[in-house]
Amino acid sequence: MSEHNREQFRPDDHPNDHFLLTSIVGSYPKPKWLNRVSDLADDPDSKFTEEHLHEAHDDACRVIVDEHERTGLDTVSDGEMRRNEMVEFFADRIDGYEFNGPVKVWGHNYFDKPSVVDDVAYGESWLVDEFEFTNAAASKPVKVPITGPYTLASWSFNEAYDDDADLSYALADLVNEEVEALVEAGARYIQIDEPALATTPDDHAIVGECLDRIVAGIPDEVRIGLHVCYGDYSRIYPELLEYPIDEFDVELCNGDYEQIDVFTDPEFTTDLALGVVDVHTTDVESVEEIKANIREGFKIVPPERLTVSPDCGVKLLPREVARQKIENMVTATREIEAELDAGEIDLGPEVSAD
Amino acid sequence: MTELVATTPGLYPLPDWAKGELSDLKGHQKGDLITGDEGPEIVDVYDRARAEVVDAQVGAGLDRVVEGQPRWDDVLAHPLTIHENVETGGIVRYYDNNNFYRDPQVQGELTPSGDVAAELAAVDVDADALQAVLPGPYSLADLATDDHYGDEADFLDAVADFLAGEVEAFPGHETLFLLEPSLVESPPGDDTNERASDAIDRVAAATDADVVVHTYWGAVPEKTYAYLMDADVEAIGFDFVTETEDALYNINEYGTKDQVALGLVDGQNTLVESPETIRDRVEWVDERTHTDFERAYVTSNTELYYLPVNKFEEKLQALGDAAALAEVDA
Repeated sequence: MSEHNREQFRPDDHPNDHFLLTSIVGSYPKPKWLNRVSDLADDPDSKFTEEHLHEAHDDACRVIVDEHERTGLDTVSDGEMRRNEMVEFFADRIDGYEFNGPVKVWGHNYFDKPSVVDDVAYGESWLVDEFEFTNAAASKPVKVPITGPYTLASWSFNEAYDDDADLSYALADLVNEEVEALVEAGARYIQIDEPALATTPDDHAIVGECLDRIVAGIPDEVRIGLHVCYGDYSRIYPELLEYPIDEFDVELCNGDYEQIDVFTDPEFTTDLALGVVDVHTTDVESVEEIKANIREGFKIVPPERLTVSPDCGVKLLPREVARQKIENMVTATREIEAELDAGEIDLGPEVSAD
Repeated sequence: MTELVATTPGLYPLPDWAKGELSDLKGHQKGDLITGDEGPEIVDVYDRARAEVVDAQVGAGLDRVVEGQPRWDDVLAHPLTIHENVETGGIVRYYDNNNFYRDPQVQGELTPSGDVAAELAAVDVDADALQAVLPGPYSLADLATDDHYGDEADFLDAVADFLAGEVEAFPGHETLFLLEPSLVESPPGDDTNERASDAIDRVAAATDADVVVHTYWGAVPEKTYAYLMDADVEAIGFDFVTETEDALYNINEYGTKDQVALGLVDGQNTLVESPETIRDRVEWVDERTHTDFERAYVTSNTELYYLPVNKFEEKLQALGDAAALAEVDA
C-alpha cells in the first residue's frame, strides 16, 4: 500500500523521474518573537491577551510553512508552533490527565510530567484546527506528527490503569479517533512519534498493538509513518516490520550510520525515512555530505521506497542553521534523483531501482 | 513488637522556587551543573532549599530526617562528579529512567572530599534524628567510569574506601542509608558477589550508626542476596512496590537482619498512598515473613525526586502518619 500513497506527494512540477520524498520530522525553531509574546501572554500584568497569542501563533505558522516551502520540501508542517512540549500538549487536551508541577529530567531541565488520574477520554480535538490552518496556508501537502500512545503513557504518571500497557491501549484508541478526524479534514500524511520505545525496546509488542488500534479503519491512501530515535534499533528489529505502517523513520546521521546494517538482515520490507542531517550539531552539512548520507539509505531500500528527512525535530537548532540544513537536504535529494535518472548511481546487486 | 520508623531514602525534588532560582543562577547545560565550589548566591539557595525540606520532614512527623540532597544534580553519582580527581563526561541515562547524569570518569586517586559531611553538618536536627544517605559502593562504582585504577576489583575497593572516608567525616547521625539499586539493575557476577558485600562492610564499619543497605527496582538475585547477608549491617531494604514475590523469597529462604527497611510507598508515581494503605502493607509483609523484626523502617521504595513537589510532600505526610497510626493501633 505504501507505493501508491507515496506518489500522491510528488509535486506536479517535479524535475526528475525518480522521486525521493523529502519531509521533516516535526518541530522547527520558534521565532524569537513568538517565545517573547508567549511569556507576555502568561504575564497577568501585560495587555497581551490569549487572543493576541492565537494571532501570533497563526502568524508563526504562516511564516514557518512558507520557510519550509522555500527550501523546496515536498511535504511541510507548521513546525509545531502551537505546541509547547510533546507530551504536555496532548495531555492538556485529553480528559483524565492532570498536571501537578515540574519534575527533573536532568540538571536544571524540568518537564511538567502529567498524571493520568482517571479513564482517558477524547474531549476536544487535538490537532484538527492546527492541521486545517496549516493546510490552508500551504501549497504543498502537510505532514502531521502526533505523539504516540506508548510515549504518552510512559512519560506520564499512571494512577488510573493497572499497567502502562493498558493505558497505552486506551490512549491508542483516542489517537485513532484523532487520526480519523484529521483524515476527515483532509490529512494524508500522519507520523506517530514514539521516542519512549527507544528507552524500553522490550515493549515493542505493546507499540505494535497500539499501532494496530491507531490504523483501524484508516484508508490505505493515508500514509502512516513511525518515528523512533536515539536508541539501539537492533532491539526492535526485525519485529518492527510487523507494524502496520508505511514508513519507519530513523535517526542514523547522529551515529554516522553505524546502525545501518541492523536493517539489512532480514530484508527491510517497509519504506525507510532516513535522517540525513544531525539535529544536535550546528555545523551545516554540505550538499555533498548529505548526498553520501542519502546513498546510505540505498543499502536498505531502493530509491522509490526512500524518504529523506532530518534525524529528528530541529527545534533546538538556531533557526537559520535549521533552514540551511533543510535547504541543503532538498538540494542533495534533487541532485541524487537526477543522478539516478542518468544512471550514474550504482545501486548494487541487491537493491534495484527497477 | 516491631518498632516502626518512618523515613525516606532521600534525594528529594527541589522546591519549585529553587528550581527557578538555580536555573537562572547555574544554567541548563551540562557544564552548568554542580562543581562543589559554588559561589555564595548558589550556596544560599541550597541552604534555603535544605531548610525547607528538613522542615517538611519534621512537620510530617518522620522519625529520621535526611538532608534531601538538593545539590545532587547527578543523582547517586554526585559524590564522584564533584571530586577533584574525577572528570565529568557525557550525559548518560540513570538506570531505566527518563533521567540523566554526567558520567563520572575517575582520573586519579579517590581521596576523601568532605562534601557530603558538610551537607549533613548544615542540617538543623538532633543527631538522634539525623539520617545520612550515600550511594552504596557497588552502585557508585557501577555508575562511574574508571580511568585510573584499571582493575574492576581495585576500583570497587577504592570506591568503598572513598565512601568510608566520607562517612568518617560525618557529624553524629543515627542511621546511614546506603542506596544500592545496581545490585538489582546490574547485579554482580559470581566472582564479584563477595567483593560487593565486603565493600558494603568497609563503608558500614566507618560509622557507629545503624546501617541500612536499601535495594530497589526489584529484588536482588538470590545468590547476591545470600552474600549481602554476610555484610555487617543492621538492615537490608526491600522494594515491595516494584516486586513482592522475589523479595519475600529472599527473606524467607535466606533470612534477613533483625531490622528491615520496607519500601512500601511508590517514589515514582503521583498516586498518594493513604496511611491506612501503608499500614496494611506493613502487616501484609509481616504476615508473609517468618522473622520478628525488631525495627522496620517504613519508606518509599526509591528516591523521591521523580515527583512533583505537592505529591512529594503528601507522601512524606502519609509515611509519618502511617507510623503514628500503627503505633496507636499497636
